[in-house]
Amino acid sequence: MTDRRKVETPFDESRARSFRCGERILLSGVIYTARDAAHKRLVAALDGGECPLDLAGQILYYAGPAPAAPGHVIGPVGPTTSGRMDPYTVRLLQAGLRGMIGKGIRSPQVLSALGDYGAVYFGATGGAAALLARCVRSCEVVAYEDLGPEAIRRLVVVDFPLVVVADSRGGDLYAEGPLAFRTEAKRHPEV
Amino acid sequence: MREIDVARVAGALKELFVDMNVQILPDVKEALDQAKAEEKSELGRAVLEDLIRNASIASRERIPLCQDCGLAVIFLEVGQEVAFVGGSLKAAVNEGVRQAYGEGYLRKSVVTDPLFDRNNSGDNTPAIVHVDIVPGDGVRIAATAKGMGSENMSALAMMKAADGPEGVVDFVVETVRRGGSNPCPPIVVGVGIGGNFETAPLLAKKALLRPLESPHGDERYGQLEREMLARINALGIGPAGYGGTTTALAVHIETAPTHIAGMPVAVNICCHACRHGEVRL
Repeated sequence: MTDRRKVETPFDESRARSFRCGERILLSGVIYTARDAAHKRLVAALDGGECPLDLAGQILYYAGPAPAAPGHVIGPVGPTTSGRMDPYTVRLLQAGLRGMIGKGIRSPQVLSALGDYGAVYFGATGGAAALLARCVRSCEVVAYEDLGPEAIRRLVVVDFPLVVVADSRGGDLYAEGPLAFRTEAKRHPEV
Repeated sequence: MREIDVARVAGALKELFVDMNVQILPDVKEALDQAKAEEKSELGRAVLEDLIRNASIASRERIPLCQDCGLAVIFLEVGQEVAFVGGSLKAAVNEGVRQAYGEGYLRKSVVTDPLFDRNNSGDNTPAIVHVDIVPGDGVRIAATAKGMGSENMSALAMMKAADGPEGVVDFVVETVRRGGSNPCPPIVVGVGIGGNFETAPLLAKKALLRPLESPHGDERYGQLEREMLARINALGIGPAGYGGTTTALAVHIETAPTHIAGMPVAVNICCHACRHGEVRL
């Protein structure tokens, strides 16, 4: 397997711009979970001037964990579909957000904002939630506890396995990756 | 009449939902192993390896495979000679789901009002329940813990007979192409052809409950399943959508009679976890 690059959070702009799509990353440090409901509140809070989180240099993980079983730091915690966060994302990038972890396609606006503001979009393996939970060393709810699984949690992760999906230079693995493997299947091969 | 206490239904569903959330099905595990052996993309093989390791951790530690523990969808086939006793059947079904998601440390993902409040019900109920009355005195319960990431990439088309098999294949392949990386490929694709506006999607969902490697009994549809699978895998989406030769593990078609003026086609997409199970009482 290709070498994985070890990276620590938070990111400054040059770090955020250093990633290239297709790179495999092992991320360590603090990341914050946030899904749809938390995004809606974060944007309202930013516009109202009272944001519970300083987003500068931070990385958001689009995830809502399952409950932790006894003896576990956190329940299984894989990525949710990122596209639902697109309507809120540019506002968060303006506030200094440097990275996002999720799965799935982003809007053209979000992809071009990665270049405008200096940020990166990572993919975590969708559905590998039990595996990903093993990389989480601590978990603490820091905002919107009433949202249950959608509350914002501060996670400390070690060697969290990621792939750079979209970078600040316009690279997009979801567009480029499939092109390399696209073939022409015959229509009605046995007719 | 054969009397069945509804508490048995609750107990069976509790066990079913915990099991399907923590234990990958043997046919799905086999399909992932085979995909890993055949996948041409290095990154794709790494993703498949992650999924196989994930399944083994979940099984060993009895924790969910995925944080999205799904919406509980239940198909009850009830023999007409059965009398349920001991309370409300529907309440018992929801009680089984409530206990599974509470005691099994499964994530509760149901919001009661879909548009305005979106408040979490706190116990993953209400479940979605379909009841079919059949001859006999048995009860068959089939269930799936359906994740929403893949459900969101599903589609319905009210097609015309003139669209023919080519039109159906094109619609299914295009639905998968548009979904791209979102539904957590490699996916399983359920296709419902026929019925009407509400039953074609039900057929597609039932198609997801079939074991993998169980082609349609009518060879013409079996061939269509193979053709759809080949064309879907030729899209190159690959594991996690990073590019590769494994986009779907299987395509299953279910059919039903329809009206002379129509040909509804529904595509229900399921992620690689493909959690379902069945029990008979």
